[in-house]
Amino acid sequence: MKFAVKKALSSSGARVGVLEVGSCPAPIETPALLLATRKGLPHFISPELLPSLPSPDSNLLQVSPLHFLEGLSTTTISKIGGLHQMLGLKQHGIAAVPRDSIQCLPESKAATRLGASFETPCGRLLIKPKDYIEMISCMKPNIWASLADEVPAWVSEKRNKTSVDRTLRWLDDCISLYPAAGSIFGAIVGGTSLEERKRCAEEVAKRNVSGYWIGGFGLGEGIDERPALLREVMDILPDEKPRLTCGLGLPEEILQGIAAGIDLFDSTYIYSLTLGGFALTFSLDKSGEQHNLQSDQIGSDSTKINLRATAYRKDMSPILENCTCYTCQNHTKAYINHLLNVHEMLAQTLLEIHNTHHYLRFFHVIRGAIQDGSFEEFRQAFLESRREHFKGEAIST
Amino acid sequence: HRRPHDQNLFGIVQGGLDPKLSYAIGGLAGGENKDSFWRVVAQCTAALPEDKPRYVMGVGYPLDIVVCSALGADMYDCVYPTRTTYFGTALIPERVLKLKHRAMADDTQPIDPTCPCMVCKNYIRTYIHCLVTKDAMGSQLLSCHNLYYMMRLSRNLHTSIVEGRFVCDFLQTMFPKGDVLEWVCNAMEVAGIDISSCCAPFPSCQENYSSDEIGTNRFDK
Repeated sequence: MKFAVKKALSSSGARVGVLEVGSCPAPIETPALLLATRKGLPHFISPELLPSLPSPDSNLLQVSPLHFLEGLSTTTISKIGGLHQMLGLKQHGIAAVPRDSIQCLPESKAATRLGASFETPCGRLLIKPKDYIEMISCMKPNIWASLADEVPAWVSEKRNKTSVDRTLRWLDDCISLYPAAGSIFGAIVGGTSLEERKRCAEEVAKRNVSGYWIGGFGLGEGIDERPALLREVMDILPDEKPRLTCGLGLPEEILQGIAAGIDLFDSTYIYSLTLGGFALTFSLDKSGEQHNLQSDQIGSDSTKINLRATAYRKDMSPILENCTCYTCQNHTKAYINHLLNVHEMLAQTLLEIHNTHHYLRFFHVIRGAIQDGSFEEFRQAFLESRREHFKGEAIST
Repeated sequence: HRRPHDQNLFGIVQGGLDPKLSYAIGGLAGGENKDSFWRVVAQCTAALPEDKPRYVMGVGYPLDIVVCSALGADMYDCVYPTRTTYFGTALIPERVLKLKHRAMADDTQPIDPTCPCMVCKNYIRTYIHCLVTKDAMGSQLLSCHNLYYMMRLSRNLHTSIVEGRFVCDFLQTMFPKGDVLEWVCNAMEVAGIDISSCCAPFPSCQENYSSDEIGTNRFDK
């Protein structure tokens, strides 16, 4: 894996970079989105439809090794030669992160000094560094995060401090057990304590890692608490190594993370939208303005629409007029509405394609804004026009 | 019918005949006795004109398609290949493969090593095993393979009717011990296809059997 910062803004922590990973056909520009997967493949987009998404943007996947504990032994994966072979995704970059915000949730109460605990479809599992390393060495991902003890925002100071101590110890275990692995990203936790975040970042920065995985977000902290915590960590981390985070999904959160200096995001936002029958429709205008925010449709707020609404029963237009994704080029809102009503899986497939495509384009526009030096203006315009819209909504209802 | 040049109207034969239209043979997908099933299809195809396609609605299992084709049917539709993926069942030339079974958890070959579909080219049984019945992607991948199997079956039937040998190959693979089911033997006799090379001596000693258990358990008698 190779990473280089191409341009960093002085006005904020935002930066554009280039990531070369595995056998991806072309270098990937950051900030970038990692596509969420279940057992290595997207939830609904079948492998032969993946090339229809923007490339190489869509070539980075996040995989949770814990998914495979359900019915697939690590020796078998090893026999085949690793995840890339098993998934038939030889041109994709895979980042292994144990936490997946839908199915493998960190369970801080059950973690011990021996290992981290996760609630999974197989029940509550205690994952020790040794077990984790065995999974990683069999799966051979390009990037992997070290094992972390993530805690929610409301735990005591003592528990938070313990989580940092454990995470650091497990990082050292991971490094010593498998130093020659793909690229290890050191995990940084610390909850909502500025001191603990700082301490953890300082310690991890001393270790020989290829990048950083900033955990412990999306676990109950307020969106306004985050900038300070992120800044505390970013100020310490060296600029030239990539930063990956988990648990930030909403457009506002992505912008917040990018402003702080995060390069890679793994998020289950698209999956949640898809399951709810939502399609993203917010504007991808370079200025960040969200014009024409009309919410005459039930369940929509013009940043997204809910295709289950009866309003779309006869709507023969695509989700978004100018969208070049497979769904908008071939299908109408009425058809997706029908598929949702008759419980056909194709609805989720079409929605996941559109939502992924749209979000990847969002990242593309953001990168353009950073290159132009107009990122802060973009961000302010985006946030304000969304806020205005929601305010208008609240008054009118 | 106002669009005879764009759309083909098929008259449905459910106890009736209409000489002007093409023919869809219905009412035969309800799990009736196989012995009755093939006789009705044979009777319909014998009575219907030779120069129009016959579409047997709701058929079906690969063996049923082979027999109906032998009797003169041309088109089929069935939910079986896709619906059976709910249960993790894969269609392969010899039989069905229950991918949900624990034995599949370590099997590193593709679903069907002879199948050129995208799924068999890229994935192995153990991976599909961990997906089926639990994740949408499992059904998608398996449906892709099962449908490809049905396409291959049809294509092979087509070529072999021209060349005169597929029915025997198919039956030999499905019934390696020569114990071809009696209703199949009877149907092939009426169809005028010689399957003596696939049958063990005294083929009519087999008892009637339901199609639900094709390829599995048939030796438990």
